[in-house]
Amino acid sequence: MKWLVAGFLLVFFSILSLFIGVSELSVMDIFSLSSEEKDVLVVSRIPRLISLLIAGMSMSIAGLIMQQLSQNKFVSPTTAGTMDAARLGILVGMLLFPAATMMQKMLVAFLFALAGTFVFMKILDKIRYRDAVFIPLVGLMFGNIVGSITTFLAYRYDLIQSVGTWLHGDFSMLIEGRYELLYISVPVVIIAYIFAHHFTIAGMGEDFASNLGLSYQKVVYLGLGLVALITASVVLTAGMLPFLGLIVPNIVTIYQGDHLRSSIWQTAILGALFVLVCDIVGRVIIYPYEISIGLTVGVLGSGIFLYLLLRRRSYGL
Amino acid sequence: MVNVNNVSKTYQEVKVVDGVSVHIKKGKITSFIGSNGAGKSTLLSMVSRLIPKDEGSVLLDGEEITSYDNRELAKRLSVLKQSNNIKVRITVRELVSFGRFPYTQGKLKDEDKKLIDESIHYMNLEAFEDRFLDELSGGQKQRAYIAMVIAQDTDYILLDEPLNNLDMKHSKQIMKALRRMVDELGKTVVIVIHDINFASCYSDHIVALKDGKCVYEGTTEEMISNDVLREVYDMEFNVCKIDGNRICVFFT
Ligand SMILES: Nc1ncnc2c1ncn2[C@@H]1O[C@H](COP(=O)(O)OP(=O)(O)OP(=O)(O)O)[C@@H](O)[C@H]1O
Ligand SMILES: [Mg+2]
Repeated sequence: MKWLVAGFLLVFFSILSLFIGVSELSVMDIFSLSSEEKDVLVVSRIPRLISLLIAGMSMSIAGLIMQQLSQNKFVSPTTAGTMDAARLGILVGMLLFPAATMMQKMLVAFLFALAGTFVFMKILDKIRYRDAVFIPLVGLMFGNIVGSITTFLAYRYDLIQSVGTWLHGDFSMLIEGRYELLYISVPVVIIAYIFAHHFTIAGMGEDFASNLGLSYQKVVYLGLGLVALITASVVLTAGMLPFLGLIVPNIVTIYQGDHLRSSIWQTAILGALFVLVCDIVGRVIIYPYEISIGLTVGVLGSGIFLYLLLRRRSYGL
Repeated sequence: MVNVNNVSKTYQEVKVVDGVSVHIKKGKITSFIGSNGAGKSTLLSMVSRLIPKDEGSVLLDGEEITSYDNRELAKRLSVLKQSNNIKVRITVRELVSFGRFPYTQGKLKDEDKKLIDESIHYMNLEAFEDRFLDELSGGQKQRAYIAMVIAQDTDYILLDEPLNNLDMKHSKQIMKALRRMVDELGKTVVIVIHDINFASCYSDHIVALKDGKCVYEGTTEEMISNDVLREVYDMEFNVCKIDGNRICVFFT
């Protein structure tokens, strides 16, 4: 029932999103669009809407998978250095192969995101003091270290402007021809759904998984690979969307439990809805200018993150 | 049949399991007994391939256990560890359904659902089946884990202290259930157990560990005797025969 409402809201805000912007476009005119209005819709508004939906959905699912595999509710692409590593990857890609295509950049970003996440997981293995809050703090620090390497390199090679674009997520630049990379996330999310049982079982620990005949290591690698793919494609197109993969899955699992088969779609819907609303807020608050979505998601997200931290005892996180 | 040949495990230069050889007979209940730290759990974990062994071999029906395909092995041998502190929030029914995972990889057929229902019924969990695990008492949780193992429906069932957290009624119920699975379905059960009287009343074969070594091994009749138990536990026992069972008195 709740999820029917969420689905309805998603449709509602999607339509709303199409008709907000500097160029006038009214719902009433939908059947009598001038060719100019059609262009706005096809070149800018629809790509933006699709990117918002895919990015929100897939980043949230990436967080869900990470939390399941690490058995820690506070691990996510933001709090494990995955996003920062992806961004470093993009920069390195630009430096080494200035003429690279989008796909090649994607590959480098993916490899860096993967490596970053692995390094974090290795750090996790070494930590004895495994308090639930301590771990994301370590991850944030790790992310900041990677981030400062990125900044350093960017200054060094005069690329700070380009890096800035990925520092704050921004959907306003995602027009036709620049957002299609995000479609990679669609099959990735489907694979995540197919392996939902595997991820859930792996979350119960290595021994538990072995007893059920599951190759724990393989499932972990698969999961982290999916996470790195999603993160790389989102950071490369829309930019950093901090805390999204952290708060959305946490809100869903409080009500829904941790079985991925049931939580994955709800995480997807809520994630898309959250990004969509943040985007709309950013577009109307200082109309006709825009606040980048990285900022709105970050402000709202870190607020909710703090709230979850403070209330974690009562939610058993 | 499981042949454990000369297995050892060393932690920090201490041999916590030291050259143990045991033959686990098919269609019987075998109990591992011994004091805390004797090496029972370590031995059971090696037998069930959960931890690697430093020396020796474990042959399941003649083939080394670690050379089995993971999924095939999961259909033949199940294992439940001593403590399962699982933080994942899933319902009892979801947990028990995972018992079918080696067969179905997640897609449950009608016969799987039937088996899941039966396992839940077997462990008296109908009233809790839609509750999250973290909303259950220790004993209810333990029963849920055992129900999962029952749903896994393997020939060999290895349980590390299955009576953990259970009251007398449910302890008896589980031991009876295990006995029935052995007698009626031909399963082979291995348990680690501290309650010596449950071991005496329900097992066919007993293996006693002390300081990592197998000090005695034999039929229940041979093992439940004052002399053997004194040697194993370093304390006095008084074994009495009550209603045809050997009961150990050691409380005072
Ligand atoms: N991972 C480990 N690292 C170091 N030492 C270990 C480890 N696991 C077990 N030990 C040690 O090995 C010995 C045997 O442990 P084990 O868990 O097998 O005992 P047990 O017979 O099952 O005892 P209990 O009845 O208390 O469950 C103990 O002394 C324990 O401290
Ligand atoms: Mg033990």
